[in-house]
Amino acid sequence: MAMPAEERSAKSDSVLEVRGLSIEFRTPTGSVHALRHIDFDIPRGSVVGLVGESGSGKSTLALAIMGLMPGNAVLRDGSIRFGDIDLRSLRPAALRALRGDRISMVFQDPMTSLNPVRSIGDQMTDIQYRNGTSMPDKRRKAADMLRKVGIPDPERQLDRYPHEFSGGMRQRIVIAMGILEQPELLIADEPTTALDVTMEAQIVQLLRQLRGEVNTSILFISHNLGLIAELCDFVVVLYAGEVVEQGSVRDIFHRPKHPYTQALLECDPVRIEEVRRELPTIPGDVPNLLKAPAGCVFAPRCPKMFDPCAIQHPADYETSPGHVARCHLLGALPS
Amino acid sequence: MSVQPSEALVTAPLSAPGTFSRAFRRLRGDPLGMLGLILVLLMVFCAIAGPSIAPFDPFKIRVTERFTPPSLPHVFGTDNIGRDVFSRVLVGSRIALTVGGLSIAISLVIGLVLGLCAGYGPRWLDNFLLLVFDSVYSFPTVILGLTVMTLLGPSMTNLILVVVVVQTPAYARLIRTATLSIKGSEYILAIRSLGASPARVLFVHILPNIIGPLFIIASMDIPAVITLEAGLTYLGMGIPPPAPSWGRILLDGFDNIRDAPWIVVAGGIPLIVTTLGFTFFGESLRDLMDPRLRRNL
Amino acid sequence: MLVYTLQRIGLSFLICVTSICLLFSAIHLIPGDPASIMLGSRATPELRERLNHELGLDQPVPMQLVNFLGRVAQGDLGTDLWSQRPVSTMVAESLPYTLTLIAAGLGWSALVGIPLGCYSAIRRNTWADRLTGILSVGTISIPSFVVAIYALLFFSIELDWFPVIGAGDEGNLGDQLWHLVLPSFAVGLGWVGYLARIVRASMLEVMGENHVRTARAFGLPEGKIILHYALRIAILPTITLLALAIGGMLSSAVFAESIFARPGIGKLIVDAANLRDYPLVQGAALTTVVLFAFAMPIADLLVAWLDPRVRATF
Repeated sequence: MAMPAEERSAKSDSVLEVRGLSIEFRTPTGSVHALRHIDFDIPRGSVVGLVGESGSGKSTLALAIMGLMPGNAVLRDGSIRFGDIDLRSLRPAALRALRGDRISMVFQDPMTSLNPVRSIGDQMTDIQYRNGTSMPDKRRKAADMLRKVGIPDPERQLDRYPHEFSGGMRQRIVIAMGILEQPELLIADEPTTALDVTMEAQIVQLLRQLRGEVNTSILFISHNLGLIAELCDFVVVLYAGEVVEQGSVRDIFHRPKHPYTQALLECDPVRIEEVRRELPTIPGDVPNLLKAPAGCVFAPRCPKMFDPCAIQHPADYETSPGHVARCHLLGALPS
Repeated sequence: MSVQPSEALVTAPLSAPGTFSRAFRRLRGDPLGMLGLILVLLMVFCAIAGPSIAPFDPFKIRVTERFTPPSLPHVFGTDNIGRDVFSRVLVGSRIALTVGGLSIAISLVIGLVLGLCAGYGPRWLDNFLLLVFDSVYSFPTVILGLTVMTLLGPSMTNLILVVVVVQTPAYARLIRTATLSIKGSEYILAIRSLGASPARVLFVHILPNIIGPLFIIASMDIPAVITLEAGLTYLGMGIPPPAPSWGRILLDGFDNIRDAPWIVVAGGIPLIVTTLGFTFFGESLRDLMDPRLRRNL
Repeated sequence: MLVYTLQRIGLSFLICVTSICLLFSAIHLIPGDPASIMLGSRATPELRERLNHELGLDQPVPMQLVNFLGRVAQGDLGTDLWSQRPVSTMVAESLPYTLTLIAAGLGWSALVGIPLGCYSAIRRNTWADRLTGILSVGTISIPSFVVAIYALLFFSIELDWFPVIGAGDEGNLGDQLWHLVLPSFAVGLGWVGYLARIVRASMLEVMGENHVRTARAFGLPEGKIILHYALRIAILPTITLLALAIGGMLSSAVFAESIFARPGIGKLIVDAANLRDYPLVQGAALTTVVLFAFAMPIADLLVAWLDPRVRATF
């Protein structure tokens, strides 16, 4: 039975807990409500997938966790807890100390993510500035990590420059940099979007392998449902700045409760079994977030919309342990 | 119509109605630009009205009043032969702006012709002209000026000639680049297929797009030209005495710097004011005309 | 890349040759008897004859050009009209002083301008940034010789902090440095503004790029990011500007050397010009052309070398 889930109990030993996070961007034309009441956890040692289309706020969420938001961002409400640290309360210097050490991020475009005028080795030893170890030790650690991500002859490669590597290799290098200091959390923001399918498969394979070897929790951001299904333990579905559904990967892919999730799965070309002339899409556009919408944010495009949807914002309903969706339909079900 | 000359500035279609009045309104919001405009207008006023509003005759020698420090009625004092420095400065503005304006105008015309030839003419002509331009470029400006003046002798005409030699390559290059890029554009090909002669293509279709931004670039060169004139005169190879060029005032002042330091100060002030004015105004104008910023107009 | 380099150097060489031809033809394009015109009222028959012989004007024109080119190639720049000394010797004597002056001017304007531009970029739109912007435009606007004269008046004559004349005693480095201060200040001041502006624009662009974002995401200290991840790249266009600055400073040096009565190519040219000593003017001018014409491709080469992506193509 579905019941409103007002207070979600904190998962034991979560590496990241986000509660009620709301972020706005101040622009000359008004405030853009980019993220509204975001609630989710990343259990220690798991891979959590963050799914959403462009403009849903995935990258904003990632940057918020890292403390890398632009100057016009305002944290309106909510909290981000990393272990037992409230990230909101940290001064910039303390946040910086965490980055690269306990929380790391890998970005989308490997071609421009690396410093073109600095050797790979220098960039990797730069990250280790907190260690206090000697330079040869730092280089050894870097070479070991390069080897782990599948770069052959790593000692030689340390002196090479980024432009001497292909896109796929560069992304491996960036991942190596990401896990170099064995962070507790690795945020991967669409790490394979800019790569071709073969390289994409390799990177996913790499991440799976690393996950077993290094005890790092991963927040895997993507719009590619297939990758999410392959890699993740839990899934968080983001639409227009709100978490519309979240749960285990089984729950989401086999028993999706939110109309948006259902539509996404229906539209995934991989899942379409019958041959047709046109690919299904979700009609309509992502809403303009200059004003927080009054009712459900998906209402204008929802095929199952009914009266309360346009007027009242739906609550979170927990349909089974850990599976939460934000939809009026779930509240209307008979007990 | 899409014309894509290399200079972003030259791309801006100035034919949009009301552009200048909108630009001017925006200029009001830029204090430095307004200041520049005021200074420029002040200088132009002095140049035009100079001799009439000068309190004294700038050429009149009054040896008894030599080396008078700044005071009333000699606001900038007198020089080593008793001439009123302020009057000389005022009349000097006429020399400065005349040389500046005239030489740039001539350079523009010649540069236009040469640039069009280089862009539209045969390849060998283009290469040859480019080589000549680059060679003139590789002379440090003042040294080129001195070299030419050594050949010709100091006079106003020769000075204008020097400035023309120095400035023309820059304008010719701009015109050439613009001409080259427009030359192959579909719009021009269409016009030519309708039977337009090359001359018509040049003057009716290409020129109007380039002229506006070119003027702005040229106006930003005015302070450099005025400075060059003053500098060459200071070195003795510019406008001969007794014309009260600002460079001449500086030279006279320098020779008497220990007895009458106010003369050099007075000679430097108009140069600073003029270059500051034109630079602030020109920069402002250029920012306003920049197509990327103009979207906000 | 190697081919491109050779092409650039070849072009510079060609430019120098063309400049020589231009100078040469300038003598012949002026109407009337060049010697009389040049010497003006000082034209005595023997001076005129000396000039004619010196410029080779008593021979057919194409021959003159070839002869001239040949002599220049051998380092013979002619003979000074008045002192009868070889021009190349006089130029060689003066050149070190001018080079020192330019190096000092470049040095201080880079040392001040680059950090200033960096700081403006990091603290953009603060009052410090805006003030620097206005000052930059201001210093660009003041003619360098006015700066030199005012500096001389204020710091040498009024305050008596610095010497008025000359380059200092031979062998006394401290004295020479002391004499260098004001002239190099005057020569460099205009370029501080230019450098600051270019560095600022360059830095703003580079700081917005992805690799800087990555460096921040890895928690690198801001100082390291600015130096190694931003400035290291932003500095490249500045080097090209420095080469351009050499040309501008050669012009400014003419004034600075005149005003402070320093020996150097500038003073050589000015004095020669006032005496209408064309061979000396021509020889010294050619030297500056060679300096400037090769400074540009050398700077471009340096930029290419500093960028590993381009260096790899050599």
